[in-house]
Amino acid sequence: MLKLNAETLPISRFRGGIYPRDNKERTAHKASEKAPIPQKVWLPLIQNTGLPAKIIVSIGDKVKVGTKIAEAQGNISVPVHASISGKVTDISEYNHPILPTRILTCVIESDQKDSWENNIKERDYNAFSNEELVTIIRDAGIVGLGGGAFPTHVKITPSLEKPIDTLIINGCECEPYLTADHRLMLEKSNEIAVGVKIIAKICDVKRIIIAIENNKLDAIEMMKRTIPQNDGYSVIALKTSYPQGAEKQLIKTLLNRLVPAKGLPMDVGTLVHNVATCYAVYEACRFNKPLVERLITLTGSGIKEPKNLWVRLGTPLSDVVNFCNGYTEKPAKIIFGGPMMGITQYNDEMPITKGTSGVIVLTNKEIIIQEEGPCIRCGRCIETCPMSLLPCEINNFVKKRDFAKAKSYNVLDCIECGSCAYGCPAKIKLVHAFKFAKNEIRLL
Amino acid sequence: MTNNQDVATKQLIVSASPHIYSNISITRIMWSVVIALMPALFGSVYFFGFRTLLVTALSIASAVGFEALFLKLSGRKITILDGSAVITGILLAFNLPPAVPLWIPVIGSAFAVVIVKQLFGGLGYNFVNPALAARAFLMVSWPQLMTSGWLAPKSGYLAGYDAISQATPLSAAKLFKDISLNSWPVIKNLIIGNRGGCIGETSAILLLIGATYLLIRGFISYRIPVAYIGSVVILSLILPTKFSPFFHVFSGGLILGAFFMATDYVTSPINAKGQWIFGIGCGVITMLIRLWGGYPEGVSYSILLMNVATPLIDRYTRPKVFGG
Repeated sequence: MLKLNAETLPISRFRGGIYPRDNKERTAHKASEKAPIPQKVWLPLIQNTGLPAKIIVSIGDKVKVGTKIAEAQGNISVPVHASISGKVTDISEYNHPILPTRILTCVIESDQKDSWENNIKERDYNAFSNEELVTIIRDAGIVGLGGGAFPTHVKITPSLEKPIDTLIINGCECEPYLTADHRLMLEKSNEIAVGVKIIAKICDVKRIIIAIENNKLDAIEMMKRTIPQNDGYSVIALKTSYPQGAEKQLIKTLLNRLVPAKGLPMDVGTLVHNVATCYAVYEACRFNKPLVERLITLTGSGIKEPKNLWVRLGTPLSDVVNFCNGYTEKPAKIIFGGPMMGITQYNDEMPITKGTSGVIVLTNKEIIIQEEGPCIRCGRCIETCPMSLLPCEINNFVKKRDFAKAKSYNVLDCIECGSCAYGCPAKIKLVHAFKFAKNEIRLL
Repeated sequence: MTNNQDVATKQLIVSASPHIYSNISITRIMWSVVIALMPALFGSVYFFGFRTLLVTALSIASAVGFEALFLKLSGRKITILDGSAVITGILLAFNLPPAVPLWIPVIGSAFAVVIVKQLFGGLGYNFVNPALAARAFLMVSWPQLMTSGWLAPKSGYLAGYDAISQATPLSAAKLFKDISLNSWPVIKNLIIGNRGGCIGETSAILLLIGATYLLIRGFISYRIPVAYIGSVVILSLILPTKFSPFFHVFSGGLILGAFFMATDYVTSPINAKGQWIFGIGCGVITMLIRLWGGYPEGVSYSILLMNVATPLIDRYTRPKVFGG
């Protein structure tokens, strides 16, 4: 057992939160495997927060793994690369696992050779200047792999007005069921450490904190062994609670700094990166390897053999499910992401994208569809809201379509973590109401 | 690939997050409160005899019955199994003298459930506590019946203090201002419940057992009871009263009110800060009524008054958004 001593303890805690059963035991002890290379991939041209990429190949073009197929448009955008070698067979609009509209998607059919671009090979990343490193990270198409999918190069570009003094590496993985980050820390700790060093160098930070929830003691130990606790580096074990991994809550817990409402971590001199992002940064800088695959957890009672899998981007979910021996029974819900914030799917044909941290398949047994009851003003939603909002009151405004009032009660600050709905005894669909309200307010 | 066809031909559930929920429900909370009130109910049978059980059963039956009838007549879903009407029935009975005429709980429950709760929209929409509002209604309608009908407890009136028979400790205090009521034998009997009073209010210890259960399960918060009882204690030390804080805490309906009625979710403030204010307000009004009001006891009116102030308290205690 790992002992928690004073210097590994956080200095504060975040307000609210919940303690759901984490259900991680299905995959936490399973070493990652490589999923077979799919016959066909569907690569949406937008897999990041921000602007879509612009297609630069045409139907019939031959591509290798790592061939750039779409170029970034504007600053908050990243390129997309072919994740298998073969031929571009279609460029048209397809459904997207996360976005509500059809998105231009590049379809590649495999030539079974898995040949990679020639320039993807080992090199000395120490020779690069900071500017060159940022360019490498952007050209590799790297986005935040925790689920937010915000372009990484934008976050690490140093800002003169807002200097960063602390880099937080997020290994919390507070969503139940998911274990991909956990396995990554166990299996690729050295690579993550290099990625962290590269980001720390670019941002010129003096203090680097690797934060991991204490339901992953082996990962904490592994990261402590890999990263010496000196030179400003520390590995901190955090009490397991949801949403500990949310950026603002993590900064509050570790540094007792409050990111201003509607502000960014950089407003309080902090930068947060997910462990998987650090790994991708390492691969980009060391091998010139663009983001063409990622580690996901495919789990849930609906999956016969849950696994942590390295999946090529664009692989349709059905292929990955087949590799896990299929479904145990007819699935009731397929969720891209965690069970607290993930997006449900209409079918299992959707491609794995850069932001997919896992896929959860739930059966009818786990799904309780309950009718909404009346709000009894018990205040549980208020006590658990990590953003100090009044979910039940906002819901009343949304019900009356009073979006101006909902806005004045800060519905736009809602991080959609789901803590309120999780604990609501009346089973009121609070997050549903807030997503609706946010959308309506944006359309106003 | 049969799997894929299965999924393609069947409908998946699509919904907004989250996709997992805690197992808490309104029904579970309500029935837990019912369970928490049981020790005090059994205590009342022990101290006053089976009549208390009869009054309580009548009160529950008519609360549930009138709720069912109203929901049926108004064409709404019958939700009597959620336990909220049962609680109203028990709490109303707990606020009645043991020897009250048997039609009183029936009228009271009807008023509580139909007028106070359902006419305002049902569970979650009533702005005052239904049981307490019904008690107030009964008090103004039949004051004579509501302030007599006390039964002597098992061991005679207030063992250790038997100067008069068949009254409540607070009315004795108000009438006779006898400081021997502060003596330990009296206080001990107040805590145990061996004294005159309403059906469910007498035994502090049995009420506290139930309250502890609710606190541990997280179904009530400590804030309102602590603020309420704490302010009664402090005020009984600083205001001109002959009686000790012990007497003020255990002699009337304070324990029942503070843990089971002031904590009613629907009619109390929703924010932590507001709950403190609400509790203190209840304490202040209770003591003002006890010391200078026309009634010996002020718990129910203090809670009713603070119920009415709840929307205002909520408005002025909105928490600041994270980072705001």
